[in-house]
Amino acid sequence: MASEPQAPTTRDPSGTRRETGPRWLLWVTTPLILAAFIGGWKLYTIVFDIGELILPPPEDVWFALIELLGQPMIYQATYVTFYETMVGFLIAVVFGVALGIVLGKVRSLERVLSPFLVATQVVPKVAIVPLLLLWFGFGLTSKIFMAAIISFFVMTQNTILGIRSIEPGHRDLMRVIQAPWWKRVISLDIPAALPAVLTGIELGIVFAITGAIVGEYLGGDEGLGALATVMLASLRTDQLFAVVIIMTLLGFLLYAVVAGIRRFAIPWHESSGRATSL
Amino acid sequence: MSEANSGPPAVVGSGAAISVRGVGKTYQASAGPVQALLPTDLEVAPGEFVVLLGPSGCGKTTLLRMLAGLISPTEGTIGIGDKPLFTGRNSTPDRDALGSLGFVFQAPNLMPWRKVWRNIALPLEGKGTTRAERRERAAEMAEKVGLADFLDHYPKALSGGMQQRVAIARALIHRPSILLMDEPFGALDAMTRDQMNLLLQQLWLDTGKTIVLVTHSITEAVFLADRVVLLSQRPGRVQDVVDVEFARPRDLAVTAEPHFGEQVGHLRKQLGGHR
Repeated sequence: MASEPQAPTTRDPSGTRRETGPRWLLWVTTPLILAAFIGGWKLYTIVFDIGELILPPPEDVWFALIELLGQPMIYQATYVTFYETMVGFLIAVVFGVALGIVLGKVRSLERVLSPFLVATQVVPKVAIVPLLLLWFGFGLTSKIFMAAIISFFVMTQNTILGIRSIEPGHRDLMRVIQAPWWKRVISLDIPAALPAVLTGIELGIVFAITGAIVGEYLGGDEGLGALATVMLASLRTDQLFAVVIIMTLLGFLLYAVVAGIRRFAIPWHESSGRATSL
Repeated sequence: MSEANSGPPAVVGSGAAISVRGVGKTYQASAGPVQALLPTDLEVAPGEFVVLLGPSGCGKTTLLRMLAGLISPTEGTIGIGDKPLFTGRNSTPDRDALGSLGFVFQAPNLMPWRKVWRNIALPLEGKGTTRAERRERAAEMAEKVGLADFLDHYPKALSGGMQQRVAIARALIHRPSILLMDEPFGALDAMTRDQMNLLLQQLWLDTGKTIVLVTHSITEAVFLADRVVLLSQRPGRVQDVVDVEFARPRDLAVTAEPHFGEQVGHLRKQLGGHR
């Protein structure tokens, strides 16, 4: 061998090593910030003597949460919201990603369809809910559609971006080695587009749960959104807060699962270290 | 695979590894047609090391990409061995002809999601090879480019020079007889570049491949080549052909020889002071 190989430079995936603090940092800061938030909340209700109808003190919300968790109906409501979110989300994943692939590959089609795609996005989705109720009734179907419609676009957009961002050099390489079309799809298009697609999916799950809950707010009597409107109608602000907390936990859980899948699916990618898309 | 590399370039004409006859390329830009390469003739003998040298925009990369079948010429014919590369205008390149080519790009173009060995073995996939065979052949190639210890690394852990070594291994994995290289070391620092030039010369001496390398570095051209083909500024055309006859293997000391300096000076003068 004519020359010695250089020592490998183990670089931070992002190119420069960014100082993000020790590993345990979040385990300390998260409870502290949470405690400060709850403390501030409590102080505010005392100092300004806020009525519990407007802002119940944190301990009231805590007891309301405990009380709610003792009742089977909260689990039923959570399950309904979860179900609507997941079904709507999965429909949106399938159609959103498929459409994104087609539009990413066929530029002319994207040009033709893009005004309409944008049009569907500038329509305030909440305004469609009455229509969905009219078409699909007050049951779960209208919420599933809401979740699907609201999460669809971001996944299409990101998939288009992913397909577009495949490096021309890699395409040339696949041509030079005479890879057949299916080999290009499996070995280049899919892995290269995957990071962007997964980012879209990560954002999509958050949109989907929002869609499902907004749908529940506006019509029907099942799910966490409907439960929240019931609490509001009976002026139980503490329980309303408790429901919001459960919604938040559900959202967190779903997001964590999707983000985990991302890290598992593309361990080589720069973004895998931490979720940055929200 | 012949071992005879140190001899003079074989006779131009029949039996050429690559024959370029009247090949030109005109791009249709929005402002009108742009002639990137005037009709050009070039013969490369089997086992010969030819360097295409020229300033940017002289059509040298265009010519190389046509040899690789990535773009088709607007005129003329290209022969790889005894086969025409394109069988008619705008047709797809001939599969057998392409199969005897390896290509090294300016950028390593490694797939970041594949480990080094799977990057090297990529051209073998889907061609009736087992995973074990591919791994074995990739290990063999990695050894030849000095990367035996890095088979299971991801590309992002490698330096630029090492990434380009992976790219060279990948270009040679399917045992092509011809290696086409498009400014392969252009992005590397001077010291790494010297190392890569020595490595490339050794690979060439060991394997007897026909190599066509594009560069804009005059010293690199004279150091590596049996024959330097000088292309002029746009529209590209062959301005001069210079035979380089230093004994092989050449080491870096050859660059200090007076005749080396003369040849570099001769080429530099024709390039009109470029570099």
